[in-house]
Amino acid sequence: MSTSAQEILGTSRREGRRLMDLWWQRMTEAAQTGHPAAYVFVMAPLSELLLTFDFVINAPEITSLQTAIRGQSQAYIQLAEDYGFSPDICGYVKADVGVQLKQGEHPYGRVPKPALVVTNNVCNTYIKWAEFWEHYYGCPVFTFDLPGWRGRESLREGTEAFRETFENDCRYVLGQLRELVELCERVTGKPFDIDRFREHLREANRMAELYHAVCDTNRHVPAPFNAPLEGVTYQGIANLYRGTPEGTRYFELALEEMRERVRLGMAAVPDERFRLVLVGTACYSHFRRFVELFSSWGGVFVHSTYMVFAGGGFLPGFRYDLSRPLESFAEQMVRATYWGWTGAMFYQQEWLDQVVRDWKVDGICFHGVKSCRTTSTGLPDVREWMRVQRNVPGLFIQSDLVDPRLWSDAQIKNRVDAFFEALAAHKATAGR
Amino acid sequence: MKMWGARKVVAGVDVGSTQTKAVILSPEREIVGRALVDTGARLNEAARAAFEAALEEAGLSPEDVEYTVGTGYGRFKVEFGDTQVTEISCHARGACFLFPNTRTVLDIGGQDTKAIRVGPGGEVLDFCMNDKCSAGTGRFLGAASAALEIPLGELGPLALTARNPVTITTTCTVFAESEILGWLARGRKVEDILMGVHASIASRSLSLLRRVGIEPELTFTGGVARNVAMVHLIREMSGVPVNVSEESHFCGAIGAALFALDHVLLGERAGAAVAAGGQ
Repeated sequence: MSTSAQEILGTSRREGRRLMDLWWQRMTEAAQTGHPAAYVFVMAPLSELLLTFDFVINAPEITSLQTAIRGQSQAYIQLAEDYGFSPDICGYVKADVGVQLKQGEHPYGRVPKPALVVTNNVCNTYIKWAEFWEHYYGCPVFTFDLPGWRGRESLREGTEAFRETFENDCRYVLGQLRELVELCERVTGKPFDIDRFREHLREANRMAELYHAVCDTNRHVPAPFNAPLEGVTYQGIANLYRGTPEGTRYFELALEEMRERVRLGMAAVPDERFRLVLVGTACYSHFRRFVELFSSWGGVFVHSTYMVFAGGGFLPGFRYDLSRPLESFAEQMVRATYWGWTGAMFYQQEWLDQVVRDWKVDGICFHGVKSCRTTSTGLPDVREWMRVQRNVPGLFIQSDLVDPRLWSDAQIKNRVDAFFEALAAHKATAGR
Repeated sequence: MKMWGARKVVAGVDVGSTQTKAVILSPEREIVGRALVDTGARLNEAARAAFEAALEEAGLSPEDVEYTVGTGYGRFKVEFGDTQVTEISCHARGACFLFPNTRTVLDIGGQDTKAIRVGPGGEVLDFCMNDKCSAGTGRFLGAASAALEIPLGELGPLALTARNPVTITTTCTVFAESEILGWLARGRKVEDILMGVHASIASRSLSLLRRVGIEPELTFTGGVARNVAMVHLIREMSGVPVNVSEESHFCGAIGAALFALDHVLLGERAGAAVAAGGQ
């Protein structure tokens, strides 16, 4: 291996760690100095707009999953339950509430108080979560009403019905965006600088292109990265550094590294035997174990729905029109909502069908999240459709995002092992 | 050393959550020994005890065994075994051995209920299991047995005498005990309560079966297949005949022994995929 190849390999992991550390440094400084922080969610991150007003961005889903990766989520969840939250409530919410109840103390630093919360209706728990911050801190909360759901047929591009729906929806969201701009001006005392906003959009365009190119490298056999492992960093950077030169540079490095891995034939999982898609998230309190249960069988996740619907709202073909920044921003929000509701979160079979073909997938793992009805409800239907219509085997397992009490190792391992035994038979039969 | 031609026997050991089963299989696929012991806290000792008792029944010694496959939750504790295969694959294989036309398998064990759709060779096409609590499993019957102070073996026959079964609504095995006591306090007959318990398990099992699709023949395996009321309810609710073998309880161990035999006769069989993913 040449020296230059050695330098490239591992850069995305190192750079990802550096950027996440830097983000925590900024968060902690904001907590200490009172610099305005905005709380925002991964399914409509709005970073381009919020960065224009110099907000430090906190993505509570990310801070919550990090408590689990550090093995400390249970203590935070317990605090929230002591406060009155039921065991059935979203683990992300409770881990964050625990952090807030400890005055922002987090294993990676300190979470600043919100100067502004921007939420939306894509997940209804977001709204209740934001209510907690509103009550706890008395901060302003802006809730986007994102219109997405009209039934699948009306959201098919190219039809007159679609055009009319889309235009109306864009006007509706643009109106809300203008309200949010005014609110940001009031909270920060800064006027909206549309040229600065345009620069963030320009960076986001480049970053989205790179993000998809990185995902595409996993079409190669063997796959150069494991979607839950590297993907969690990609999602973190895509959300927290969206629209920044640092974020763009990160994905340039990641792409360079993944292409080098492809060139060298380096597999994310040595002796790759099975190529899988993960529907849902990993269980972050048992993150390494979750991945190891599959990789020990030579199973690699070549893609995941989470990389799409929590990947910063980047759609295939994503591109802002820089000549009309706010209008184009509204359009992307509407498109991301349509896509989230008709492709990545619900009616997943069409997206899965394409990924199974293009990423040469052998089987699908559906991970139901006990504390999340939104992402778990349709899983059995999709699994059944893929099995019956496409003869693609599917495994259904259940635990949680961050609550270690919902992880049953023996039961999950049993299901995973049986799935691989069946998958081996399925592959052998298909190969005959 | 007892030999079949130049070949030795194989073994399957199924370390379940409540009982451990071992089966010795001849190269001609004949069951020549079987044993069942309570699992208890020391899984490796239970595995060894069942294995040795099965060998004793067959009149053989450990040296006669060429290959051993462990299965069940304690499969990695079959320390004398050669490899492990999950009980899902083993029950599928065992059921097709007992009833060759099997296409759907229902296995109700101590803490797991599995619905499995199988191919003609016993390969797993699809499977569904109970949610990760013991509602709808054999443990539910254990709770009823304890609450009503009736031995497990008498539950089925007594339940079949019910005339006006109650409806058990809780899905929690622990809470089921209090619900049973509640029905007793309201003066309901023991057999009516018992039938309610059985129907609750059967309905959850049917839900799993429907998820994989019920294709005849349906074979019922595992310890609960010995319960006549459960067999009756599964037959009635599924609307198809239900195969139950005298050997049902040993089905997982039989499947494990068949995988062991594959290894001896064929080398590593693709369907067995016995190169398991480690612990």
